[in-house]
Amino acid sequence: MRLELRGITKRFGSFTANDQISITVEPGQIHCLLGENGAGKSTLMNVLFGLLHPDEGEIIIDGEPVKFEDSGEAVRRGIGMVHQHFMLVPVFTVTENVVLGFEPTKSINRVDYKKATDDIRRVSKEFNLDVDPDAIVENLPVGLQQRVEILKSLSHDAELLILDEPTAVLTPQEIDALMDIMRSLAAAGKSILFITHKLKEVKAVADVITVIRQGRVVGTAQPTDSEGELASLMVGRDVNLTVEKSTFTPGEEVFEIRDLVVRDDRGLIAVNGVSLDVRAGEILALAGVQGNGQTELVEAIAGMRHVESGTITLKGRNITNASPRRVLDAGLGHIPEDRHRDGLVLSMSVADNLVLNTPRRAPFAKHGSRNLAAVKENAERLVQEFDIRTTSIYEDASSLSGGNQQKVIVARELSRPLDFLMASQPTRGLDVGSIEYVHKQIVDHRNKGNASLIVSSELDEVLALGDRIAVMYAGKISGIVDPSTSREAIGLLMTGTTSESEHV
Amino acid sequence: MSDSTNRLSSLRRRFSSTSPITIAFIALILGLVLGALIIIFTTPVILNSWRDIFHSWSSPWRAVKITADNVGAAYRSMFTGSIIDPPGLWHSLTTGKGWDATLTPISETLTYATPLIIASMGVGIAFQTGIFNIGANGQAVLGGIAGATVGSMLHMPTIIHIPLTLLAGLAGGVIAGAIPGLLKAYTGAHEVIVTIMLNYVVYAFLLFAVLSTPLQQPGQQNDISRMMDPSSQLAPIFGVASGLRVSYGIFVAAAVVVFAWWFLDRSSLGFDFRVTGANPTAARASGINSRAIMVLVFLISGGLAGLAGIVQAASTTHFIDGGFLIGNAGIGFTAITVALLGRNRPMGIVWASLLFAALGVGGRSMQASTGIPLDLATIIQSAVVLFVATPVLVKEIFRLRTSPTATVQLATKGWNS
Repeated sequence: MRLELRGITKRFGSFTANDQISITVEPGQIHCLLGENGAGKSTLMNVLFGLLHPDEGEIIIDGEPVKFEDSGEAVRRGIGMVHQHFMLVPVFTVTENVVLGFEPTKSINRVDYKKATDDIRRVSKEFNLDVDPDAIVENLPVGLQQRVEILKSLSHDAELLILDEPTAVLTPQEIDALMDIMRSLAAAGKSILFITHKLKEVKAVADVITVIRQGRVVGTAQPTDSEGELASLMVGRDVNLTVEKSTFTPGEEVFEIRDLVVRDDRGLIAVNGVSLDVRAGEILALAGVQGNGQTELVEAIAGMRHVESGTITLKGRNITNASPRRVLDAGLGHIPEDRHRDGLVLSMSVADNLVLNTPRRAPFAKHGSRNLAAVKENAERLVQEFDIRTTSIYEDASSLSGGNQQKVIVARELSRPLDFLMASQPTRGLDVGSIEYVHKQIVDHRNKGNASLIVSSELDEVLALGDRIAVMYAGKISGIVDPSTSREAIGLLMTGTTSESEHV
Repeated sequence: MSDSTNRLSSLRRRFSSTSPITIAFIALILGLVLGALIIIFTTPVILNSWRDIFHSWSSPWRAVKITADNVGAAYRSMFTGSIIDPPGLWHSLTTGKGWDATLTPISETLTYATPLIIASMGVGIAFQTGIFNIGANGQAVLGGIAGATVGSMLHMPTIIHIPLTLLAGLAGGVIAGAIPGLLKAYTGAHEVIVTIMLNYVVYAFLLFAVLSTPLQQPGQQNDISRMMDPSSQLAPIFGVASGLRVSYGIFVAAAVVVFAWWFLDRSSLGFDFRVTGANPTAARASGINSRAIMVLVFLISGGLAGLAGIVQAASTTHFIDGGFLIGNAGIGFTAITVALLGRNRPMGIVWASLLFAALGVGGRSMQASTGIPLDLATIIQSAVVLFVATPVLVKEIFRLRTSPTATVQLATKGWNS
């Protein structure tokens, strides 16, 4: 399919999300749409998929202008979309999920599963998807679930596949496999629109790259361009992708956990006998695919989840099952995974959020009465120091962009006297500029001789920040390695293969 | 980012079309329009005048005039009965006489508003903490029982007796509030269910107290308590002879308003309350002890409701009976709507209380002088709250433009959020 978007403009009130965007996808081409969060990629895809209607511009498929009233029409015209969040029924089999809504019937009300299963087996084989049609979806790893989504689109005769940030949930090996699948799809003549903000993937797989910034196409690039060039095109200025770190001189042990066992919300063991230690002047990066117990581990350390057994020690003090207040007072700085849920009160001002966990500490309060002058002074200083972009310190935190919201949390935590910084997914959903900034702050903190634990599912981040890298799989530490270890080896650890791990 | 631009932008936000103040004002107008429609469709004289246009070819102007006269008379008597009667005011100003009569409407409004302000402040503080205190009425009743007991059965000089009576009322409310607070904090019991049921327990206890304990008026078989000692009463400010009922209770209310403002805006504990209300998980992550907050908010909210109960008894009836704060007189329930209307902010609650009191007092005057039932005032009160609770609706009706930063704000969240 040859797809052409001509002058697509989509406005939300006074905000222009897409401004005269024109791109062309040739048959058999992998066209990469590169842009930061909020650049307008998702809006454009929703327009293409019939979920939003453009204010201006037209969609042309194989030379014929089309208008989609809804996504059903887009599907009928051969457009398939693999969403970031899968739209699958977990308890159904692969076949049932694929045919859902389009069941081939033998006679009235009898689904022809045999035909459906055979179809899936055939398509799966054709594109090396390697999916068992009879498997129950919830038993499949995330990477395979994604392939089921792709299968679903292909079974509806999609000629153009939209992949919206498909790699966010995958291990490095799964990402490689996905790239192979994309290549074989393209080879078979399918067109692919690949949306991402990850430079490595773009370079690996794209035929053509279109870069979008603030709703506009700012240029096209070649896969051969360097990551630095792509990043500066995407951000609109030069970006420093590598973080300057002073030489690694670990000091005394600051933080230690021993044989920690923690249960998740369903009562199942999520952290199964984890032991870690972090020394002064060191960043220990905890890698792993999401959902392998990292969240529960972090919550247990922060005092927000009950510890079944084992100990947590901070500066010689036992903080196992201590209240969040005691843990904070013991010197933990915490940048939580979900900033909207745990890190900020969005309906309160930037100034209040900057003292969220120190409202009673001098000078912010005296005899139970808040010192608003000190709160204001603190906010003005931190807004300046941490370059938080806000029209006023009295604006609600909700009015800030994601990057600036994260800066509020980073500023709050790093401005307290800390013995130990724990940051969980510290740059999730941030633009490249903000990522650069947050990384710099974390490394500066470490360079001053502080101990940090960084939990991240982004391998790039783990490699950029970690002095040592611990990999977590299925509630256990599958290995602790040096940052010079190859991505492949770490990727293997992320899938639980421990044989090759070397301990440092 | 200077201070003056901050102030300017905050001022602009306050009066932009979707600000709470604008919405409340529009809601009041809409409520009055709705009230007018109800008057039109329920008053035979008006309906007949419109019918006559077709039956006896009378002039449409006659119908319009009759409609305007009747609706006007209703709202005029509502205004003069609750705020001030302009001719009476002119008379008092020119002759210097009749001030008592001139000030009676506003005095009545203030008398009704006083306990309402106190109770609503308690409900508002709970709302800001994310807690729905439906038990304010029961807490007020228990405060009334405790206060009336101290006021009528202990005897001492005024200077100790009044504070002690008020404290007893406060304590009664604290006790009634402690129960749902502790149950929620330690067992997770939902406060809405517990407080609703507790209301009935307290009502039963009220009957027991005024029928079967020494609190009952000696020599009485009825459900009525002893009279409170004059030394424990909140006396009329202008003396009994003036006939103006507005009492020293108004200073108690003023003190509560100042306390609530300081507590919510300036105190560390109030900050914890607001953080808990706005985002409970972030509150926990920030080291706030949510269990302690749950208990404390109920102690404060219940205490204020109890204080409202005793202020009501000590400034108006000076005794309590089996119907104390039951049914239409349930200020604890009115307090919920008032707190919502006032957006749980101290000054908002003061204005909302005054509005509700004025509509109630004016409604009585309207019923007396025009025969339109008092229920119309209740309909207007309810309509105002409905319009405030659905800002989107008001916005749609008036096609308001949203202010640049603020989105339409809801007064409160649902039960479980």
